[in-house]
Amino acid sequence: MNQSLPLNSYRSGPDEDGRFGNYGGRFVAETLMPLILDLEAAWKAAKEDPAFAAELGDLGTHYIGRPSPLYHAERLSQHLGGAQIWFKREELNHTGSHKINNCVGQILLAKRMGKTRIIAETGAGQHGVAAATVCARFGLPCVVYMGATDVERQKPNVFRMKLLGAEVRAVTSGAGTLKDAMNEALRDWVTNVADTYYLIGTAAGPHPYPQMVREFQSVIGAEARQQMLDATGKLPDAVVACVGGGSNAIGMFDAFLDDRDVAIYGTEAGGHGLEVENGHAASMSGGRPGVLHGNRTYLLQDADGQILEGHSISAGLDYPGVGPQHSWLKDAGRVNYVPVTDAEALDAFHTCTRFEGIIPALESAHGLAHVLKLAPTMSQDQSIVLCLSGRGDKDVHTVAASMGMEL
Amino acid sequence: MTARIDARFAALKAENRPALVTFVMAGDPDMETALEIMTALPAAGADLIELGMPFSDPMADGPAIQKAGLRALHAGQTLAKTLNTVRRFREGDQATPVILMGYFNPIYVYGVDVFLQAAKAAGVDGLIVVDLPPEMDDELCLPALASDIAFVRLATPTTDDRRLPAVLKNTSGFVYYVSITGITGSAAPDAGKVEAAVGRIKRHTDLPVCVGFGVRSPEQARAIGSGADGVVVGSALVNAIAETLDAEGRAGPATVGAVTGLVEALAAGVRAARLAEA
Repeated sequence: MNQSLPLNSYRSGPDEDGRFGNYGGRFVAETLMPLILDLEAAWKAAKEDPAFAAELGDLGTHYIGRPSPLYHAERLSQHLGGAQIWFKREELNHTGSHKINNCVGQILLAKRMGKTRIIAETGAGQHGVAAATVCARFGLPCVVYMGATDVERQKPNVFRMKLLGAEVRAVTSGAGTLKDAMNEALRDWVTNVADTYYLIGTAAGPHPYPQMVREFQSVIGAEARQQMLDATGKLPDAVVACVGGGSNAIGMFDAFLDDRDVAIYGTEAGGHGLEVENGHAASMSGGRPGVLHGNRTYLLQDADGQILEGHSISAGLDYPGVGPQHSWLKDAGRVNYVPVTDAEALDAFHTCTRFEGIIPALESAHGLAHVLKLAPTMSQDQSIVLCLSGRGDKDVHTVAASMGMEL
Repeated sequence: MTARIDARFAALKAENRPALVTFVMAGDPDMETALEIMTALPAAGADLIELGMPFSDPMADGPAIQKAGLRALHAGQTLAKTLNTVRRFREGDQATPVILMGYFNPIYVYGVDVFLQAAKAAGVDGLIVVDLPPEMDDELCLPALASDIAFVRLATPTTDDRRLPAVLKNTSGFVYYVSITGITGSAAPDAGKVEAAVGRIKRHTDLPVCVGFGVRSPEQARAIGSGADGVVVGSALVNAIAETLDAEGRAGPATVGAVTGLVEALAAGVRAARLAEA
């Protein structure tokens, strides 16, 4: 079963056991197993139901604001003097990031399953805000688990979640970041199995989450691919997205995976640099395979298999794992995963803000940093599409602090 | 060596009483004290020992066992050291079954085959790995059985009759019934519901059924034990350890005695379980 993915496509996985090659799977406690099987069945049924697709499409258009624009960043392109740079503007979505695409899909599924309580984990707060938003829209109570460290560095988003009616529970175990929030959400789920739906925010976790989240996010790449064809008459030469858990990236990459002439780059959080022990969150560039949070994937871990906390200036990339499909795409060589340091991301943040009048999220700035390196090595008739996954308003305190200022 | 587990349950059946299964964390609060505690458990009344393998991200555990694992990791515990603890325990005790309990990643990173060889050599009788449901049996369960190490499966209130045969299929040693939907050390289980659930499992298997999660007092041990083949106590024991530590988390003169004292009281509760009926 493990190696059964057809080699003529990178888009056909996972297999029926939720495996992408040797990655993925369902490594969960027995208490959760029946729920995960129920979820898989409900998800399969929903995909067959035209009413589900219709409701998803309608909310996509009128609530999220899809399709998101594809924007030619002309000044930035001129400044770099190489390839033409295009932004897929997911930061213009309702709630300010790509996270809402997945939340709308999953809340419709939760409703179909008759669940009456929603839990979610969040790092930067973008997924927490999106989850709280759809819970407000559908009148369901929402509990968001967020590491205490992240609660501190993402205050605006914490307040937004509270305004939306969610209860934000600060998690103090571990280092108080995203992995600890996910542990606590899993503990809540195992305790409240009967009525609770776990709205995972990234393309990771036990099967079917990695596949399901990818499919809800794949609208990004599907739109971008067509928009590029419409605007330029050809496919881009390169596609770039940042990777934490990797939901915006897999959503962006999916449509391009079988376009072999399109180079694909995923940027990981290089933090203080890969050479600094526990100073980065680049699980693929600086980690090795292991099992955590329901799936086998690349992880930051020590020699004894204990999970490391990692570091990134971006709370949304500060996670020691990554979605299992990314691990598989890395080993297959289809996607190039490269680390980007805090300093490079900050530099890209300022460049984008000054040249294009767009303040990007620090997560997206990691993708942009690689575009800044790549574009000058390419010719002016070539093109790069960056998934601008989120807006940076939430990060202004962090950026100010990096400049020695306090707001 | 499922033989040691089978022999122990056969002897308990002859005595007509349920087993007291005690959980302690390897390396908590430090490797030597943990070994001292483990060594003292059988004389205090423990019939089987579950030895926790500390993990940084114990998703199914409540605060008590989370903290025990962190204490052990801070004191430098590793999987290799945990196996060494079992080896040293076996030098003085050939009869008490030892079951390692934890999460898959440290074993996966150690290497499944190398781990099973080392565990077998150290005198480990069984494994409980929380994040390996039957769907993942190829990973560790089947290789463990091939190495003559029992794979003790968790059955839970969400494991319905449809699913139960799959859960029991490759289970050996005994079945661990998780008495609540929740994490370790949560609310106390309802003894009546537990007895009904144990009866349901026993219709599907001849293996002994032990009950855990939420049992902390001798009275509860007695009540749960009257309807099961064994009672598992964990969080209460690691809490007893925690209460004796100094401000830096170091063991004190009362540490070992706090655990053995509680185990003695729990053992009395368990031993009274069937006598009460008779």
